[in-house]
Amino acid sequence: MIPAAFDYKRASSAAEAISLVGQYGSDAKFLAGGHSLLPLMKLRLAQPAMLIDIGRVKDLSYIKDAGKHIAIGALTRHMDVETSKVLHEHAPLLSHAAAHVGDSQVRHRGTIGGSIAHADPASDLPATTLALGATYVVQGPKGQREIAAAKFFKGFLESDLAADEMLVEIRVPKMQGAGWSFQKFNRRAQDWAIVGVAAWRRKNEAGVALVNMGSTPILATSVAGALAKGASVGDAAALASNEADPQSDLNASTEYRKHLASVLVRRALEDASK
Amino acid sequence: MTITENKTTNVIGTRLLRREDPPLLTGEAKFTNDLNIPGALHLAVLRSPFAHAKIKSINVSAALKIAGVVAVYTGKDLQTTWASPMPCAWPVTTDMKNPAHYPLAIDKVNYVGDGVAAVLATNETASRDALDAIDVEYEALQAVVDLEDALSDKNIIHKDLGTNKSYTWPLLVEETPGCVEEAFKKAKYKVKERYVQQRLIPMAMEPRAIAAVPQPFGGDITLYSATQIPHILKVMTALTLGIPEHQVRVVAPSVGGGFGSKLNVYAEELLCMALARKHNAPVRWVEERSENAQATIQGRGQIQHIELAADEKGKITAVRVRIIGDMGAYLQLVTPGVPILGAFLYAGVYDIPKAYDFSCTSVFTNLTPTDAYRGAGRPEATYAIESAIEALAREMKIDSFELRKRNYIKKEQFPYTAFSGLVYDSGDHLSAAEKAAKLTDIAGVRAQQKKQNVPGATKLLGVGMTSYFEMCGLAPSRVLASLNYSAGGWEAATVRVLPTNKVQVITGTSPHGQGHETSWAMIAAEKLGVAPEDVDVLHSDTAISALGLDTYGSRSLPVGGVAIAMACDKVIEKAKTIAAHQLECAAEDLQFVGGTFSVKGSPDRALPLAAIAFGAFTAHNLPEGCEPNLEAQVSYDPPNFSWPFGTHMCVVEVDTETGAVEILKYIAVDDCGNQINPLIVEGQVHGGVVQGIAQALFEEAVYDSDGNLKTSTLAEYLVPAACDVPPITTAHTTTPSPTNQLGVKGIGEAGTIGAAPTVINAIIDALSSLGVKSMAMPASPQTVWKTIQAARGGKK
Repeated sequence: MIPAAFDYKRASSAAEAISLVGQYGSDAKFLAGGHSLLPLMKLRLAQPAMLIDIGRVKDLSYIKDAGKHIAIGALTRHMDVETSKVLHEHAPLLSHAAAHVGDSQVRHRGTIGGSIAHADPASDLPATTLALGATYVVQGPKGQREIAAAKFFKGFLESDLAADEMLVEIRVPKMQGAGWSFQKFNRRAQDWAIVGVAAWRRKNEAGVALVNMGSTPILATSVAGALAKGASVGDAAALASNEADPQSDLNASTEYRKHLASVLVRRALEDASK
Repeated sequence: MTITENKTTNVIGTRLLRREDPPLLTGEAKFTNDLNIPGALHLAVLRSPFAHAKIKSINVSAALKIAGVVAVYTGKDLQTTWASPMPCAWPVTTDMKNPAHYPLAIDKVNYVGDGVAAVLATNETASRDALDAIDVEYEALQAVVDLEDALSDKNIIHKDLGTNKSYTWPLLVEETPGCVEEAFKKAKYKVKERYVQQRLIPMAMEPRAIAAVPQPFGGDITLYSATQIPHILKVMTALTLGIPEHQVRVVAPSVGGGFGSKLNVYAEELLCMALARKHNAPVRWVEERSENAQATIQGRGQIQHIELAADEKGKITAVRVRIIGDMGAYLQLVTPGVPILGAFLYAGVYDIPKAYDFSCTSVFTNLTPTDAYRGAGRPEATYAIESAIEALAREMKIDSFELRKRNYIKKEQFPYTAFSGLVYDSGDHLSAAEKAAKLTDIAGVRAQQKKQNVPGATKLLGVGMTSYFEMCGLAPSRVLASLNYSAGGWEAATVRVLPTNKVQVITGTSPHGQGHETSWAMIAAEKLGVAPEDVDVLHSDTAISALGLDTYGSRSLPVGGVAIAMACDKVIEKAKTIAAHQLECAAEDLQFVGGTFSVKGSPDRALPLAAIAFGAFTAHNLPEGCEPNLEAQVSYDPPNFSWPFGTHMCVVEVDTETGAVEILKYIAVDDCGNQINPLIVEGQVHGGVVQGIAQALFEEAVYDSDGNLKTSTLAEYLVPAACDVPPITTAHTTTPSPTNQLGVKGIGEAGTIGAAPTVINAIIDALSSLGVKSMAMPASPQTVWKTIQAARGGKK
């Protein structure tokens, strides 16, 4: 559990972090909460030559009511997302999902921005923000740009972020009283989901995203589409895996994962309809 | 000098908090890797990435160039260092095959994790970097992973042995020749079942850690190790290294769990010692978690075939068992003995005639060696009989509890001479089972089940049950000899009353989480009439505790604890002669109550133990021929095993849509005779039950067909946490053991023995209306779901 040798720089602002990453190029990695990167480094599965520690960048940890959406700083810890009154009121699905990330120690260190930028399809928050139609704000040498969550995830641990860009803010539309549900199916409470479902529903309108059902978080557009056309929850849930391409692993075969996705989407929609 | 006034004690049976906990909880306790050892070199072991391969060449030149690297050794470099191969202390048969096993592989590797090279460096980072710089050329060979494949001998791992079979060990007990076969022919009911005991990784919270420290002159060496067995390790390392035993001192500092995984003599212990001697410098090593998964022993690994014959009332008339045991790549310290420990228990708690046909064939595979893991052979046996009796009840279409009642050995039959000739000391299975049923509210649960498990229901209730016998505190030593075990079953204790009436207890047991310091102090306090806090318990350092056979197999209390009580008796006997001398009366006129000797009938003529202890120290006024000091030593070889027993029950709810199993209620009724400290007993049961639930639902060492371990981190190897297991209701019955003065039996393994079949039986019960008759372990959601699908014939 000893990582390979690496250099370390601490950035005090987003601009400094971006300038540093420009300097060191693809050998550099941002370090935020460290809960995805450090285990990979300790197993020597990741061996970045330079770590740029953004953990102490000021002003990137916040949850603000910005009118139509809630703005969340990328360095906001899961625990703050979980306990935020603003989110409880306007995006309860997100704070509820944050409470299911890892265990309490992980939630005190890990950040929402780190989780999304890592783009792990098995993580809870990428799929949840995807279901909510979030927009991610990224900053690079030329300034900021906005990327819709639906266009952000490109492949396994791959996102639309350029090597010299940094995720700085997550914008989550207010849920405006929509019903919602988060279904995390796993064998132990602290584990990644075998399959997870984040869903909201307002009359025939719905957003459903799947955790660990492909190489990226999956937006289950067929389910939402069917509901919009008036399909029953059961019929819509049967389409859960239309956009998915799940892997087989020790916990679940592709077939079992698809089956679980239908069951969990149905339960999520029923739950969200209560 | 103050002499503490004796308190009248009634210590045994109280829920005294563990004295071990404050230092453990505050981090003050020192584990091996916490020891500050200036100048220590760090060992790292390069491990084979192949399950089966020839080593063609090893190039260490790049590794040697890394700053801080002191030396790199291959198996060939160290070949002449070893006086003998690594030890196996249990040659179960005279023709048992045992491949030579050295701390580093010499020209062939036999499992993923087999040591290939050893790096010594001045710091841990350099030692780890050096592993990446060693270039090994392997010629991969086909791996033998499956037990039945291994048995076929199509691909032989150890060519010099000519076979993959290590041994076949039969136990055929027949009243008349052929009576087993006869019983099966005549049987009204028969069942024939096959069970797989998956491999488990013990996963002690503290991984193994070692520091070997040579003394500055004279050639002595101290081995600090996270071990359960400092005494055995001292003998075995001396023999393997070919150094005089008296020059080896073994110390086990605080040890964070073992479950059998630290009951061994490991390659790294020998490497640290050999290289410390070679370099005349301390050498230390600490295991990474994935090394712990691959290169520390694993448990279980058996395929079991069990057949029961029964008459029209369901009375069992014969038992036939065939087992294939998975030894892994080599035999470790007691590897071959593990299935044999279960051999006597396949009739469980039932009264059967002399019609028992058991045989175990154990084979080598290209997998991590197996060895004793919590329960060692006994959980496997209990699982088989307690699952088979459920199958028999299904066959007979009667309630399985009713069937058990027809077969239990009855209370009045104890002490009970079993078919095997072993004598079960005491028991009352029916009372324990009825208590468990009552606590489960079995009638209420069955009523609810009837309501809930209707056609179309997706949440099905089930009840499971296990009645078990545990066989522990293995002794007397001559019985172990008859099983070809190379050591005895005794335990040593010294009790010393210091001049100020403080007491030192020196034990040969070696605790690693069991709370011996608390429990042993309670025994001595009760015996000597002192306060428990005035008793110090010394252990786990062979320079202090010279004699002992360590801690495993639930032996510590029924052997080591009883030895302490006996040593206290000897101290009291000696003190009595001094008291009689000083009170000018006959020893037989004295009574010893609450720490004070007094003349029967004249309580004013009294002397507290404190005064005698001080008097024995000054030696001013001792009887003629009486030696100064108050101290006694005992080596105790018990007349029999101890036989704890009990019944566990649980209620589960199975989600048939997802396959998820939730345990709603878990009831453990255990009888370990008299309890020294119920708090510690409950803790042992809780931990054991969780490990049993873990086997039933969560844990499995999964290998692919090339022999790669797919569960080498805690992300894949699913050790349950507190929130993943149900609340456990513990209760007990008390049937003292008649074979020792404390009336105690062991409790360390009981929970593990009871839990796995209880949970699996409950799942099968829940799904019985769907036609499910068996369930593989671990019953993961996917496994349960697939089993349901198969039972439904693919229909949803």
